Amino acid sequence: MYTVKVKDKEYEMNIGLEIHCQVISESKLFSASSTKFGAQPNTHVSFFDSGFPGQLPVINKYCIEQAIKTGLGLNAKINKRSVFDRKHYFYADLPTGYQITQQFHPIVSDGWVEITDEDGNPKKIRIEKLHVEQDAGKLNHELSSNKSMVDFNRAGVALMEIVSKPDISSPFEAGEYIKKMRSIVRYLGTCDGNMDEGSMRCDINISLREKGSDKLGTRTETKNVNSVRFAIQAIEYESQRQAEILADGGKIDQETRLFDANTGTTRTMRSKENAIDYRYFPDPDIMPLILEEGLVERIKAQMPELPDVKKKRFMEEYKLSEYDANILTSERAIAEYFENAVAKVKDNDGKMVSNWMQSELFAVLNKEAKDIVDSPIKPEELAELISLIKDGTISGKIAKDVFKLMYEGDEKSAIKIVEEKGWKQVSDTSAIEKVIDDLIASSPDNVNAYKAGKVQLFGWFVGQTLKAMKGQANPQIVNEILKKKLG
Amino acid sequence: MKLTDLTITQAKDLLKKKEISAVELTKAYIENMEKYKGLNAFVTETPEIALEQAKIADENIAMDKARELEGIPMAIKDLYCTKGVRTTASSKMLENFVPEYESTVSKKLLDAGITMLGKTSMDEFAMGSTNLTSYFGEVKNPYKRNGEDLVPGGSSGGSAAAVASGMAMAATGSDTGGSIRQPSSFCGLVGMKPTYGRASRYGMVAFSSSLDCPGPITRTVADSALFLKVISGLDEKDPTTAPKEVIDWTKVLGSSIKGLKIGIPEEYKSDKLNPEVQKFWDERAEDLKKLGAEIVNISLPHTKYSLPVYYIIAPAEASSNLARYDGVKYGYRTKSPYHSLDEMYELTRTEGFGAEVKKRLLIGSTILTEEFYERSYLKALKTRRIICEEFEEAFKKVDVILTPSTTGAAFSKNDKLSPLEVYLNDIYTVGSSLAGLPSMSIPVGKDKNGLPLGLQVMGRKFDEETVYKVASQLELISQFDNTPSKVMGE
Repeated sequence: MYTVKVKDKEYEMNIGLEIHCQVISESKLFSASSTKFGAQPNTHVSFFDSGFPGQLPVINKYCIEQAIKTGLGLNAKINKRSVFDRKHYFYADLPTGYQITQQFHPIVSDGWVEITDEDGNPKKIRIEKLHVEQDAGKLNHELSSNKSMVDFNRAGVALMEIVSKPDISSPFEAGEYIKKMRSIVRYLGTCDGNMDEGSMRCDINISLREKGSDKLGTRTETKNVNSVRFAIQAIEYESQRQAEILADGGKIDQETRLFDANTGTTRTMRSKENAIDYRYFPDPDIMPLILEEGLVERIKAQMPELPDVKKKRFMEEYKLSEYDANILTSERAIAEYFENAVAKVKDNDGKMVSNWMQSELFAVLNKEAKDIVDSPIKPEELAELISLIKDGTISGKIAKDVFKLMYEGDEKSAIKIVEEKGWKQVSDTSAIEKVIDDLIASSPDNVNAYKAGKVQLFGWFVGQTLKAMKGQANPQIVNEILKKKLG
Repeated sequence: MKLTDLTITQAKDLLKKKEISAVELTKAYIENMEKYKGLNAFVTETPEIALEQAKIADENIAMDKARELEGIPMAIKDLYCTKGVRTTASSKMLENFVPEYESTVSKKLLDAGITMLGKTSMDEFAMGSTNLTSYFGEVKNPYKRNGEDLVPGGSSGGSAAAVASGMAMAATGSDTGGSIRQPSSFCGLVGMKPTYGRASRYGMVAFSSSLDCPGPITRTVADSALFLKVISGLDEKDPTTAPKEVIDWTKVLGSSIKGLKIGIPEEYKSDKLNPEVQKFWDERAEDLKKLGAEIVNISLPHTKYSLPVYYIIAPAEASSNLARYDGVKYGYRTKSPYHSLDEMYELTRTEGFGAEVKKRLLIGSTILTEEFYERSYLKALKTRRIICEEFEEAFKKVDVILTPSTTGAAFSKNDKLSPLEVYLNDIYTVGSSLAGLPSMSIPVGKDKNGLPLGLQVMGRKFDEETVYKVASQLELISQFDNTPSKVMGE
């Protein structure tokens, strides 16, 4: 169990995460405006998005379906009836003076995800709820003119806020939880999970309690945490800070804090006394959302296989180790690449595809920070290459050279490259025999020494033969012939 | 007959027969707008637009392509966003706001061929029942009490004054707690608040979203039926509109009410009620009985809570709906120097809103705070549900409910009414607003000062048909003369 020790005190922690995921959808939650990232300011803005009088929200059904899909991926309950509420505060990036969210009756509740803790054991993290809400716009402060510019392109884009129970008990687990969440939404295609673009953001609630105690301590909320690394940093810093206060007999203020990525520290943003009263109430412009009969079942039927299930299947079906299966199912695109390759490879040898992907393919992709979907070698091409090894056409060593050429942009098939380069492995015994005969004839000393009992010289003969044949001789056949000839 | 004394039904007929032209009809109204400027019914006049539309109307009529309201001169309450024509909601906050979009109701009217004379004044953001709160000055009632100026009622006071004085043949109103019915009653007109969801709220400056209803203010029941048909229907831009069939209500006008059950709610009899109104209420009920209707005494025990419930829900929703007026995107922004965003908000909203609006926003904001939410707002919602259920129960026994529209006739701002007494004006109208029921005010007679009095007919949800049927009988019985030239003493 992870603990923080200060002086003679030892503390355990309860961490709850609120993850905001931008929903993948062509248009916004309540308007037809585009959600494209990186457009010119205020070009994806409708009258509704910018809070004009008399404009009314019209629910985008697709966003709701995406939330349901995500809820199903979190093993959660999908609520047939949910209600949109208004959350009020004044800020220039909030055009109507309120955000439409689901405070009291969320569309999804009571789910869980499984992570692996530090000791490699599975651990369930409960999900309290997932609700759908609007994103705000963006303010750009121009220091030169002392002016602030508002961009409403993001205003009204759908977000899913996923709130966990305080079941997370270490920075490591928090990191694993975020990664698992990202993997699930990416698998489902409901959020792109790009934390650096802000399409996945995280707020962290942390409280400490003395080791062994059941009583939850006072929590703080840390906002603006935008990567797994930052989340771990923020928790490490914040838990240490709280532990030092507690160890000195102090009290934790229930407050909202801000994470500073530059220093890796957190600082007070809003104290409890200054907490905003958001004046929540049900949005009178939006009827309660009642899911039509059969909708959830229809979405359920279209659910892709999720990482946990896929991992177990890979272990059984392809006889992979848990480690390998974990890696190959960490992202949907990787798993798809793997299965597409296995489908084409000789004997459907999953183990070999796994090895080649992890040792060769990932190495070069990582070097160039390339995504697997952008790999110049497609799964069926890799499968062909591996099949050439398996049927003895080329050796593993030659295959690596072919792989390199293919990766560097040679668009010919593996077999073409092998043929053109004349790299085909020689299995023709007469050709090999001739080389061996020549070798024996030209090295009488070694032959005699071998025959006299210096058996380790066998390797020398193999090496010389292969060298003479430029690595294209089938080593197994070389072995057999040499054994026969040397007696 | 004066052109500005025509009803829609009459004008349609004459236009069709080409006995009059839309241009001359529109011109006659523009002349009256000039003549009765002193009533201050319009915030913005658009005679050029109206004449342009009238020319097109005449062309369409000439080609026998007349649309449903071709060439009918109308006024639009200034909370309907009209594309290219400023829309102020009678507030300094929107003094120079020119929408780039058209409200569904005004669009339907324009598409039906009306000529738009202008935008009528109202209580600021529709908050009030006197039209004294407009940033553009008070509106006067065409009727006077022994020479004394009276309020036209509100919030659709400009629309009512315009129609009653012959400055528009009809006008749109909007009704949140009585804002169509009360000014109609005060100005001797027919005001219809349809079922919530019957007509679209898209493009209407919102006051209280769960209560706001667009509707017609006209001189006759037939005009009302024609008008409502044009503006009704499901609108994909307003998901709170209902997919209900829109019928031609003019077909039921004057048809028999034999066997119809008319409810008289016990709780609506009050010592606040002017005895003259009580007299008309009793008499008209008796008249309807003579036509074969059955009068049934009913009870709506939670009636006494409707006003408090209304004054919790409406300001709460308003405080939220009006949060968007912050000086950032459009509308008024303070001219005073400011040093922070919060200061800009504070100055803008302090200077941009009038006193009544600010009062309601403060009340509404307080109601929604954590401290009051449960014990006031949630309690009001629960009570609202009970009020709805009581109406539903009552409508199992009766087909319509007949009540007064207001406690008395139009008053003067010099009558020194307390704010509470002014709020009490809504006592007969807020109940059906909370329940979302179709309700109509029909002029049924005059008080001893010659001022119009109205009765209200409420119906089941989406049963405008029966309301119109009963209203048309009341109209026939009462023979109320609201000919504008007579009202204006010409």
